[in-house]
Amino acid sequence: MSQTLVIVAHGSHLNPESSTPTYDHADTIRAVGAFDEVRAGFWKEEPHVREVLRTVTADEVFVVPLFISEGYFTEEVIPRELRLEGWAEDAWESDGTSATSVTLTAADTGQRVHYCGPAGTHEAMTDVIVRRAESVTGDPDVGEGFGLAVVGHGTKRNENSAKAIQYHADRIREQGRFDEVRDLYMDEDPEVDDVTDFFESDDVVVVPLFVADGYHTQEDIPEDMDLTDDYRTGWDTPAEVDGKHIWYAGAVGTEALMADVIVERARDAGADVGDAVERVRERTRVAGDDSGVDSEVQTADD
Amino acid sequence: MHDRGPTPRGSAGGGFVSSSGTGTDEQVTVSDEAVAALVAAAEEGVDFERLQVAREGDGDEAVYHFETPAVTREELTESEFRDACSNNPEYVDNWWFFEGLERAPANRAFLRWLESGDAEDWDVPTRYDALREGIARSWGQVAVTVMLGAGGRRYELRHEDDVDTPLPELERREDPLAARELVKFDDRGRYRPLKTAPTLPTGWAFVGLDGRDCTHTLDLVYPATVANWHLEREGELDVNHWRETMERQTGIYGVIETWDRGEGHEHVEWVAGACCDDSQCLKRREWQYDDGTDLEAPGGEGEFPCREPCSLVVSAARKWTRLESEQPRTYEFELTPSEKDQIEAIIDAVADGRVDEIREADIYEGANRYRTRFLRAKRFDAGDLGGVPTDPEGEQTPTGEH
Repeated sequence: MSQTLVIVAHGSHLNPESSTPTYDHADTIRAVGAFDEVRAGFWKEEPHVREVLRTVTADEVFVVPLFISEGYFTEEVIPRELRLEGWAEDAWESDGTSATSVTLTAADTGQRVHYCGPAGTHEAMTDVIVRRAESVTGDPDVGEGFGLAVVGHGTKRNENSAKAIQYHADRIREQGRFDEVRDLYMDEDPEVDDVTDFFESDDVVVVPLFVADGYHTQEDIPEDMDLTDDYRTGWDTPAEVDGKHIWYAGAVGTEALMADVIVERARDAGADVGDAVERVRERTRVAGDDSGVDSEVQTADD
Repeated sequence: MHDRGPTPRGSAGGGFVSSSGTGTDEQVTVSDEAVAALVAAAEEGVDFERLQVAREGDGDEAVYHFETPAVTREELTESEFRDACSNNPEYVDNWWFFEGLERAPANRAFLRWLESGDAEDWDVPTRYDALREGIARSWGQVAVTVMLGAGGRRYELRHEDDVDTPLPELERREDPLAARELVKFDDRGRYRPLKTAPTLPTGWAFVGLDGRDCTHTLDLVYPATVANWHLEREGELDVNHWRETMERQTGIYGVIETWDRGEGHEHVEWVAGACCDDSQCLKRREWQYDDGTDLEAPGGEGEFPCREPCSLVVSAARKWTRLESEQPRTYEFELTPSEKDQIEAIIDAVADGRVDEIREADIYEGANRYRTRFLRAKRFDAGDLGGVPTDPEGEQTPTGEH
């Protein structure tokens, strides 16, 4: 049976790099051959979410939103634009971070769509945050002597936005790997601006939970944290702030292991992915280990 | 950029040089896979472009029938039937390509259209003679050439401005996925947020693609255009007009529907004229104000349709909804007639994307930089045209949000 994965992401009219992580993860998943077709659709680029389903031939499609939290996009915009018949905001029966998947029909194409919860709230996302910390420090065992800040956009309009950040911060804290773990926000307290106030550790890894690098992760947050006076001049990694070393990781969504979360989302929704989860994990292994991407023949579509 | 119909390479296109030169003597060979598929299909019977194949009886009793306009062979054993296939390779290859291989209906229709347009009146020998010459058609700004190569039909894609460029001077690509990066920036290095904007970069060529990779590549250059073109040809294109599209919007775009105030639709004419003209987008706009109210702005001549206002139009409409809620005022400025002309020239130059074409020292152009700086030095006071405050009573602050 033909099995297709569609990754849905925000995209941008202004930032050419917004779509890059989506394409990179699609390529990783394509390379392990778990799906006959792997495609991407966007809210601000083309193919638009509204037209992406008609570009794939399969009758059965797994749709994974590459978004950080449940909320406006995953519950309102994407189901509407995909024309999922019978969608309702409570279709996932989620508490804000527990969405799994629901199977509905797309009104225009008649395809059966397994509409999955966002990548960002999957439990495997916790591993990606930790991996991001390993990548930025170049230390696969980073933890001891380090604090970890998980940074969210935060928005008072959507309480699920902060819930997703807290969910992963809690899980990492429970692992006991880092000396301290905090959730911080751009738009609400505790604010990322005061990052050094929240940690005792001399070294702090800061991982923003964003899908792509852009204005927030490459301009706003680095300046707010005083990594630099002017984002255009760049910053050191680690950067010295108030006598502490800040290891700023950039958007978590650019971490190669993110592809694993997308595959797990589809698997949880019933996709037969074989050993793809293990193979994606193998391909995207550890900072400094270049066994990641190989030149395996690519068999399926974007 | 518009359909010129199928053109044999080397005629209308003029000296279309490709990897295989102009025209080939490529003889068609039929793959074992194709023959096996036709043997299997004979049970149901085949009648495709004057290739007729049938089978009667089963097992050792089976006899085959093979017929083209040139040959009729009856009472064939399977072995003889296979020989007949090998001896009439064009008919069998043609059937295999369009009927044997699994393709999405839209892609199949597109690949046929590339060869024969809407005429569909070529017989198989004519079709294959044309394929040996190479057949070029435009899809947006992409020139697609189909030709015969080893293994049957092969496709070459390049910018239509590059059709006369020798292949070694172009960046050669074979992987459809390479198209994603290729079309991201225009020739000036600027990000292309709209894939169907007429700013496709030049300097590349996809070569040696099979049919599947050809349609895949085009779907990355111009996403969903083949699918929507096919729906339109089938009479099934789901057009969503302006009003329903804006009524559907929520969040920060929810405000747009308030721009429709039941006072006509001139504002939508302006939007369509500004954004959807062929100079801005190669899709042919099929959406109107609403189901009963067509727009007068030209929809364009493009091959593939636009079925609803795109995300760029929606974003721009949000901004215009806010701007257009302001009330007009009367301002009084002094301008010489030439200065008024100059302001008009500046607006035209920006709107038509001509700013970069205006030469440094061409002070005859109103939108020349020195001319414009002179106008600003003379007529601006503290950033205000004519020294006239935009909002003297401080009633309204023009919105500066993005």
